[in-house]
Amino acid sequence: MIDTPIKIALSKGRIFAETLPLLAHAGIVPVDDPETSRKLVLDTNNEHIKLVIIRASDVPTYVQYGAADLGIAGKDVLMEHGGNDLYEPLDLKIAQCRLMVAGPVNCENDLSYTRTGKRLKIATKYIDSTRRYFAEKGIQVEIIKLYGSMELAPLVGLADLIVDVVDTGNTLKANGLAPLEHITDISSRLVVNKASMKMKHEAVNQLINNLDEAVNNPENRA
Amino acid sequence: MNTNDRWVLPEGIQELLPVQAEPLEKLRREILDLFHTWGYELVMPPFIEYLGSLLTGTGHDLDLQTFKLTDQLTGHMMGLRADMTPQVARIEAHHLKREQPVRLCYLGTVLRTRPDGYGGSRSPLQLGAELYGHGGIESDVEIILLMRDVLAAAGIKDFHLDLGHVGIFRGLAQQAGLTESQEAVLFNALQRKARAEIDEFLEQVAMPADVKTMLASLMELNGSSTVLERARTLLANANDNVLQSLENLQTIATSINKKLPSLPLHFDLAELRGYQYQTGIVFAAYVSGYGQEIVRGGRYDDIGKVFGRARPATGFSADLKTLMALGAERDYQPAGIFSPDPDDSGLQNTIESLRKAGERVICALPGQHGSAKEMGCDRELVEKKGKWEVVKIN
Repeated sequence: MIDTPIKIALSKGRIFAETLPLLAHAGIVPVDDPETSRKLVLDTNNEHIKLVIIRASDVPTYVQYGAADLGIAGKDVLMEHGGNDLYEPLDLKIAQCRLMVAGPVNCENDLSYTRTGKRLKIATKYIDSTRRYFAEKGIQVEIIKLYGSMELAPLVGLADLIVDVVDTGNTLKANGLAPLEHITDISSRLVVNKASMKMKHEAVNQLINNLDEAVNNPENRA
Repeated sequence: MNTNDRWVLPEGIQELLPVQAEPLEKLRREILDLFHTWGYELVMPPFIEYLGSLLTGTGHDLDLQTFKLTDQLTGHMMGLRADMTPQVARIEAHHLKREQPVRLCYLGTVLRTRPDGYGGSRSPLQLGAELYGHGGIESDVEIILLMRDVLAAAGIKDFHLDLGHVGIFRGLAQQAGLTESQEAVLFNALQRKARAEIDEFLEQVAMPADVKTMLASLMELNGSSTVLERARTLLANANDNVLQSLENLQTIATSINKKLPSLPLHFDLAELRGYQYQTGIVFAAYVSGYGQEIVRGGRYDDIGKVFGRARPATGFSADLKTLMALGAERDYQPAGIFSPDPDDSGLQNTIESLRKAGERVICALPGQHGSAKEMGCDRELVEKKGKWEVVKIN
């Protein structure tokens, strides 16, 4: 029994584009295109399923509080969100990239800045992941929170290094930076609100199974 | 601080205006009366106490949630209670020391360093009931039935009950021979049902193949009552602890189902809330449209041990403000009788007898603003032929 529609939160752009084939395989096709429509809640061919278009970093919050039943969020965003407040039952294996430390091409990649006794300044939007990573290596760093264009920070002397997600590495290269250390692999995960998983179990579980099938179907590989 | 900001409260700290406070207080009394009729005796644990006793036997999470300060009399650290359950367990173990079953309830403000859940309150009004001294399923069932009545008192009729049992994961972890830190990693991934991480963990850690399969199956074991049947097949090779836990869960579920046939039950064998101190079933109530649990509870037989007396224990707790917000709408329309300034002793006697009868009588103050109606009254006292009479206001 479905009384209220199932809402799936996801962000525009790459995640949306790479999710579409998976949703299509699960029989869900949006009626509107978020790139042209100004609507934030998109209808689909299934009246019981709506897509909610929000910023990537807001997806965990919407799902945690049940404003959306499910969501699609990058592991990078989930690591920053932290906590055990969400289920993340499925690795969708889309929007794959790596979370990396990057720095100027000519800097030594053993982070030898530390030998000079100077504290490293790291520009990033991934505060928690960065702090954790360097703490595990035993390196004390200063973290500078930025919201975008991280690559600029080392060029203008705002930071020594950056921590950011890297896909092709072209943006780094174009700005004279190189990847130095690999922190973790990133891909998008299906996240589920805990109450929805319990109260709308059949519908949610069905959707998870359909998407799982879609992920393992080679036709859907981007 | 700017003078315009002087009314600003800390994040997650609320003040309640009459329109909220009056109905909340009414519900508070109703629930305490309900506890009373079930034989649950009220205890009032202290709001502040030494950190050592406050956090004994509880987990790291509660430590982080507790506001701390130094006692300037003794130099010891003190904490403001973030959860009353361990305090009540201490009272039971250390002070009451009865051999017969003990039923206790409590209701009071707790403070938390970090906002908990939706709406982000840091000062929930925690209420709970605990039953000590009986290890059988009957006490678990009683606690769940009492929880149902508390929800009904708040006007929450339709809810889902989520049931799990920590003994299942604990037994499997034991069978797999996991170290404490390995168990913590797997526990963390299981709480998020993060299959990618669970699979990765199981690949890396050496253990018998059948135990690996059983641990992997935990994350799938959630849903309606068929879960328990599936679990019996999938976990057939598990140790006795696991099988007994399953049996225990099944018996409780059957009994609940018989007593409350229309209550939707959901099972989740990977649900391990309160894993650090729970020892048996764990349960939570959910309502439609609210993304988080509204009541949580379960069995915790060992908590009294640190106070010298381990006794079987089971109970639940909830935030009264959350129940109020999700429950039936309660109108607050103050009514009452407006009276002239009682300089006349006949009027004073009339007012007193009206108040004794439970009426709300508001006396006019000389030179005050506002009519009887504006003072929230629907009737007023009028002198007719030397007698004071209550007359309806048009």
